[in-house]
Amino acid sequence: MSGQVGSWRWFRCSRSRWVAGRLPKCQGAKMRIGGLSRIGARLVVLGALLTYAQPSHAIPAFARKYGLPCSACHEAWPKLNNFGQVFRDNGYQLGNNRDAPIYQEPSYFPLTIRVTPQWHRESNDRRAVDVVPGVPTGGTVESRVTTSGFDLTGVELFAAGTLYKNISFAVQPFLDTNGTSLLQMFVRFDNLLGSPWLNVKFGKFELDTLTSQERILTLNNTGGAYYTYFFRPPGDNNSFGGIGNNQLGVELMGHSANSYTRYAISVLSSNNGQPGLPSNNNYDVYGDFTQGFEIPRLGLQRVGVYGYAGESPTFFQTRGGVPIAGTGKGNRSFYRAGAYGLWYVGRFDFSTFYLHGQENVFLGNAVPADQPFNLPKGAAGPAWNGGFVEAHYTYNPRLVLIGRYELIRMSQQANPAHRGDFGNLDAWTVGYRWYPFMSSRAGLAWVQEYSHLRSVGTAPLSGRDDNTNSYLMGFDFDF
Amino acid sequence: MHVRTILAIATGACILLLLAPDGHAQETHIGGLTGNAKRGEPLYKRYCVFCHGTRGDGRGENAAYLNPKPRDFTAGTFICRSTPAGSLPLDGDLYDTISRGMNLSAMPSWKSLTRQQRTDLVAYIKSFSSRFSSEKPAAALQIPEEPPSSADSVKRGAQLFQSMNCWGCHGKEGRGNGPAALSLTDSKGFPISPFDFTSGTRFKCGQSGRELFRDLLTGLDGTPMPSFREAMKPEQLWDLVHYLETLPEGGKGS
Repeated sequence: MSGQVGSWRWFRCSRSRWVAGRLPKCQGAKMRIGGLSRIGARLVVLGALLTYAQPSHAIPAFARKYGLPCSACHEAWPKLNNFGQVFRDNGYQLGNNRDAPIYQEPSYFPLTIRVTPQWHRESNDRRAVDVVPGVPTGGTVESRVTTSGFDLTGVELFAAGTLYKNISFAVQPFLDTNGTSLLQMFVRFDNLLGSPWLNVKFGKFELDTLTSQERILTLNNTGGAYYTYFFRPPGDNNSFGGIGNNQLGVELMGHSANSYTRYAISVLSSNNGQPGLPSNNNYDVYGDFTQGFEIPRLGLQRVGVYGYAGESPTFFQTRGGVPIAGTGKGNRSFYRAGAYGLWYVGRFDFSTFYLHGQENVFLGNAVPADQPFNLPKGAAGPAWNGGFVEAHYTYNPRLVLIGRYELIRMSQQANPAHRGDFGNLDAWTVGYRWYPFMSSRAGLAWVQEYSHLRSVGTAPLSGRDDNTNSYLMGFDFDF
Repeated sequence: MHVRTILAIATGACILLLLAPDGHAQETHIGGLTGNAKRGEPLYKRYCVFCHGTRGDGRGENAAYLNPKPRDFTAGTFICRSTPAGSLPLDGDLYDTISRGMNLSAMPSWKSLTRQQRTDLVAYIKSFSSRFSSEKPAAALQIPEEPPSSADSVKRGAQLFQSMNCWGCHGKEGRGNGPAALSLTDSKGFPISPFDFTSGTRFKCGQSGRELFRDLLTGLDGTPMPSFREAMKPEQLWDLVHYLETLPEGGKGS
């Protein structure tokens, strides 16, 4: 199920969120090989369906195992505090006798199930609709489209823990009306050579970052994802969906005993986390470094830097004109890089995130690399800057107020015919999560959120600004 | 009721409130940091309350499912100390316990909290017991320098293990299966198991020989493990430590 807002397409996926992603600009006639556009579109749509919505999760299975409340590991479920971060970094091990899987009752299974029944309202002021409903040949106009009602998410399962001392795992399937997807599945070898500085993860996993898309506190369709993590400029056909996507590969990660200092380096298959090697045979690289430090009376603060560099195909080998999956050619480069900080001031905490993105001119204009003559005159590799500030006020472990402002600004358009601010985004979200009880057996949050998104120049017909609003009220629970 | 009477009652109530002992008045001083119970309270409620209970009496939500049971802070009795048996612990002892965790129990290491947070938690935990208001902890017992371990020292330690009846609880081979093992209870009457020295795991209050020496010296208050401070000389305690260090498979003596 999907809707389109300008060049933005909204994908309904796991956790019943609509999340945003750019489709390849096939309709822009920049893609000269139809197969590539189809494959590219499939890649992106599939990628969106399977991985765009990184369901945030808390894991009562751990709480049950260790007898600890959600609040022990989470600032506000599902956002981790440092105790939870150390636990995660250490391969889901606390270092006491309860780590061993055989410690538990034989009937114990480390499984968490999460769903979110909700009422939500979505409104978009410039949706392209048929002038006469049911008559596609009668022309289209822009119109406001509003939907609302009671709804359900799919079911998220999460199994994670230890297979053996210093060998941990996670498996995270998601089931909904669109089918089943596997969001994470990895095995991790922890504390190699007895050192916390050497841990190797193998499989599909979230890129290591402290501002986690997996653990975002908001769920609504407009504000349920960090746009900065998924942004691609209008007209772009990079198969890479963004650093918010879980990826397939291997990660070397290390941390100090208290996780104040952390690093992670990943080598990733260039398939945007999609199984079956649909894109090409290249490898991308991601790195992250974090340093925590204490300020008297304020406590722990964190800063970090990260970078992702990769290549994406611009065309495929074909048979009978039909692209052959996994045969991507004409690879062109792209990168994302930036810095972030987590700041704690009493009951307030702020997450600040900055990203600079750049793509090759062929990716930015969706032109096969073997057809440079099809590039628009004056074409350039698109570049942009984005970021967000997210503030939380944790009144107590059972109530957290949330506010987030996010913006993206194009600094270089791929096609000089576009206006300079084409594709710029402004989004904000406010909301709260209230946990009526805290227990080591299950979690329940009553959530209310409102989000607004403005996308500059992306209305499908008029090229005016496109505005989207979402409201969500629901109960987010897991057990 | 006259307005004056109401005012008088209200004034009296205010004075009483002002004079009443403040449960949050506890402060701790650890390594240049000052812990404050008021700051420790929300931390306690976030991290500790589910086992130790809102009143610190060890009756949190999880307590029924835990073995050994969470510590009852209201009793003012603490297992891991540097002070003599029966004495209150030093602030640093409580801080170390929070940081290290209690092995062989559900209590994890909280070292990932900041030093200030742990110091504040100590202050709040102390507010549960009136002992901290009425008593002062004794000075920390001194641990003499460890002599080199030797075959003779281990041999003497083995003899002490027998002659001091350690085997009564810990078993002839130190496996925690002595004749009294099944009948042991802690100060709250809950069953408690003697330590299995062959397991090779950390002790309740640490891991090093020095920490084991301290346990023998101070005893583990709230458990049947007595202090051997009067019963043995320091060099004998070191002999016993050296022997106990040989018991784990892969230990110093294997």
